[in-house]
Amino acid sequence: MADTTSNAPLGESRAAALLYNPAVRGFVYQLVTVILVVGFVWWVTDNTITNLQNAGIASGFGFLDSRAGFDIAQTPVAYNNDMTYGRALVIGIINTVIVSAAGIVTATIIGFIVGIGRLSSNWLIARLSEVYVEIFRNIPPLLVIFFFYTGVLALLPSARDSIALPLDIYLNNRGLAFPTPIFGPGSWLMGAALVAAIVAVVALAVWSKRRQMATGQQFPTIRVSIAILILLPLIAYFVSGMPVTFDIPVKGRFNLAGGAVIGPEFMSLYLALSLYTAAFMAEIIRGGILGVAKGQTEAAGALGLHPRKVTRLVVVPQAMRIIIPPMTSEYLSLTKNSSLAVAIGYADIVAVGKTVLNQTGQAVEVVTIWMIIYLTLSILTSIFMNWFNAKMALVER
Amino acid sequence: MAQDLAYVRKEMQAQQPAPKKEGTAIQWVKANMFATPKDSILSIIAIVFLIWAIPPMVEWLLINAAWTGTDRATCATIAQGGIRPDGWSGACWAFIGNKMDQILFGRYPDPWLWRPILVAVVFTALLIPMLMPKVPHKGWNALALFIILPIIGFFIIYGGVFGLPVVDTSDWGGLMVTLILSYFAIAVSLPFGILLALGRRSKLPVVRTLSIMFIEVVRGVPLITILFMASVMLPLFLPEGMTINKFLRAIVGVSLFISAYMAEVIRGGLQAMPKGQFEGAASLGLGYWQTMRLIILPQAIKLVIPAIVNQFISIFKDTSLVSIIGMFDLLGIIKFNFTDSSWASPVTPITGLIFAGLVFWVFCFGMSRYSSFMERHLDTGHRS
Repeated sequence: MADTTSNAPLGESRAAALLYNPAVRGFVYQLVTVILVVGFVWWVTDNTITNLQNAGIASGFGFLDSRAGFDIAQTPVAYNNDMTYGRALVIGIINTVIVSAAGIVTATIIGFIVGIGRLSSNWLIARLSEVYVEIFRNIPPLLVIFFFYTGVLALLPSARDSIALPLDIYLNNRGLAFPTPIFGPGSWLMGAALVAAIVAVVALAVWSKRRQMATGQQFPTIRVSIAILILLPLIAYFVSGMPVTFDIPVKGRFNLAGGAVIGPEFMSLYLALSLYTAAFMAEIIRGGILGVAKGQTEAAGALGLHPRKVTRLVVVPQAMRIIIPPMTSEYLSLTKNSSLAVAIGYADIVAVGKTVLNQTGQAVEVVTIWMIIYLTLSILTSIFMNWFNAKMALVER
Repeated sequence: MAQDLAYVRKEMQAQQPAPKKEGTAIQWVKANMFATPKDSILSIIAIVFLIWAIPPMVEWLLINAAWTGTDRATCATIAQGGIRPDGWSGACWAFIGNKMDQILFGRYPDPWLWRPILVAVVFTALLIPMLMPKVPHKGWNALALFIILPIIGFFIIYGGVFGLPVVDTSDWGGLMVTLILSYFAIAVSLPFGILLALGRRSKLPVVRTLSIMFIEVVRGVPLITILFMASVMLPLFLPEGMTINKFLRAIVGVSLFISAYMAEVIRGGLQAMPKGQFEGAASLGLGYWQTMRLIILPQAIKLVIPAIVNQFISIFKDTSLVSIIGMFDLLGIIKFNFTDSSWASPVTPITGLIFAGLVFWVFCFGMSRYSSFMERHLDTGHRS
């Protein structure tokens, strides 16, 4: 820098040095950017305020306390149309979380099965899995949702001719009706037994791990845990005098009475999201398993490990490291795709928000609420998956 | 010495018959489908599934299907007011055939259909050489395809120039809208995504923070909320009296959304650039923009071409969401036609959706095949 200045002709030197000084140029660029951005935001805000005033819409979140006046089909918590917009939006949030969580679990399971299927030495299974992946990856998720909603579920019989499934479950074009348990007096004992069972299982896991570290002996933890989890509440059920009864759906003349119903909106959204996302997950899982060096499998085999143990102890833990980060993105994209609920009328946050928006005209506030909720869900999922990733990541010593 | 040779065979082994010819169909089936008991069980389950699924599907889609007809009678049973025997069910391709011009062009007036067709022909003529790695002049080709054609093509279809009457965007629809939307989104998101990616890696803190904020916020929310924002909030943002076309709003929404994703793809390519490339450019005395334009970006973009094509696939699929904000793209126009009473029958919706799925599938599958072709092509280029 100093050299350039001294060699430059006198007079121009200071101006030129300033002009070519990266710090100064950087500052000027940033100043211009800031001015442009602030100016743009100010212009937009000013226009918005004027427009809202002309339309006679009060800005702010005060509308959340007004009476909603519309009904919601799927209400996980108590709701009626006399309650507030705020309450309606909360129900939307809960519905979004329910369908996303259910979809994530199902999609992961299907994804694992199909992903491993594509690597199968069985030609038929590998081709079937491949066809599945290629079909779902190349059509829009919205189309899959419509396909289930107007194509498949609408073709189911009416409530009068419901398809009867085992365990008093009925399937018809109004949804899936199933019995709900009614807990009589004394059922608290079962709850207590379940809690005790969970505590016992955790303790058992810790103990067996310690014992294996100290002595090398293994303990069939998983089998014993399942037994504890089932047996303890079952014993409590009989001890307390069988207090649980079921509200069973009964075929009436026109509709089913009793029990609980999962609507076709939820079912088609849930099925579509699970099947669509599973295709992407299958590819991630296949890539992860292929990413584990072949020498690892061979070395494990050379140590005399049973093929099943090679998979469980050597291949899967290493594949997980490759799989987890892209899986996080898929979980996030499934959650975001659940917003397509608005197309078929499942009352998720976007659908409820849209109704609120149409009734109140509070566009800015509703869109802000949407964005905040999705960003929060994204961040929460990321934090959890990053924690999981750190736990699974390669520990270098 | 003698003990050392103990293993050497002293007499000739009797000749053995040649191994049975390998590679016969039966051996192949045995090796690939029935190698172990577990494999056999899986194969049998798969075969049973295929026998259960495929013949009824073929029957429904092709054999029982209604291929010709002018109204719903061909696709409904006698009980439903049609001509088919009771208990009939099959695809209603007659509906698709009857609505084909709507599916392709929406409500675009018939006498002017040559305009979108002309643009489509020019588009194809520019796209094909672009896709072939061996054809030279990629720069000019890209300029024509991504900058000149979108502008001229828009005015040819919209009208108002060269003495062509205006065809309002509300009359546009079908596959044409799907293609135009994705095409514009691609043309906008490429340069905008590059700028955002450069911004994200910039040394200037303000530029970097703004880029990161934009990318992360947009990537954290669903496209639908961005589309709603574009359709209900954009008019609020503008000065009084200034309105913005619904079609344009959708383009703005989709493009903003895709740009954030494109930025991350390009960023991946930028991160893969070795430091030596920057240093080499600096030692030649190139400035920032020269370094980027001449040295870094061409290499970085070449590295991530497969990922960019994958992004195109998802743009193409995502444009279907505009049907939710009331536009008649391919999916929207097919859904809209379900309500046409002259075609209402139980099999109409599912046929329409299968057809839409087929069209989307052909486009996306084509792109994904191209992406894997490029991957192989670029891979060999790198190793040689």
